[in-house]
Amino acid sequence: MLTITQALVDQIVAHARKDHPDEACGVVAGPAGSDRPERFVPMLNAAMSPTFYEFDSGDLLKLYREMDDRDEEPVVIYHSHTATEAHPSRTDISYANEPGAHYVLVSTADTDGLGDFQFRSFRIVDGEVTEEEVTVVEAY
Amino acid sequence: MAIEVRIPTILRTYTNGEKAVEGKGNTLAALFADLETRHAGIEARIVDNGQLRRFVNVYLNDEDVRFVKGIDTELTDGDTVTILPAVAGGSAAAKPRPAGVAVGRRAGMR
Repeated sequence: MLTITQALVDQIVAHARKDHPDEACGVVAGPAGSDRPERFVPMLNAAMSPTFYEFDSGDLLKLYREMDDRDEEPVVIYHSHTATEAHPSRTDISYANEPGAHYVLVSTADTDGLGDFQFRSFRIVDGEVTEEEVTVVEAY
Repeated sequence: MAIEVRIPTILRTYTNGEKAVEGKGNTLAALFADLETRHAGIEARIVDNGQLRRFVNVYLNDEDVRFVKGIDTELTDGDTVTILPAVAGGSAAAKPRPAGVAVGRRAGMR
């Protein structure tokens, strides 16, 4: 289960909407071993594409060094799908390399007439995708 | 010649959980071959057909080696090599959701 604050959910969704129609991506870092997302880090989508995202390689190195220095890990890795549902694609699964992370997907496609987006969370371990509950709280 | 190699979480199964290991070699190719002798299986996760895998980033000190000489990048004693899998993906192969079918949870719902 992913437990996350409303403020972080709002920041992720706002980022996804801002970058639409391109995919938005980023992480929410948290203390190592805590499973608690705390620090919102929006990343640049170096691919600048509506169907693909990739962290810029220089930014990626900076991010991991910073997390290392602060004893953090990427608790949440998020990205948006802009025309399809918020479910990991085959591409997402093959490049998922953080078995400890919650992979959050936001869809900015409004295909069901019910609203503008979906917010879902998955574990992706060895190519296996498992959806998990998302509990949104005011504070931890 | 000692090179420090920083290992990402996903590859620590090959290094007994170590975050950093030492290796030697005059080039990245030689370094990864050297690592393979002590951490069997690791080389194939980084190198494919003699080239760096597209979605594995390798840095020499602060620089992405793709902007140097890739796998032929030369190393000097005391260098640090960092391996980081790309954080990438995207909807490219995702199935469009049919109109009128609601799936999943919306933000704010428990």
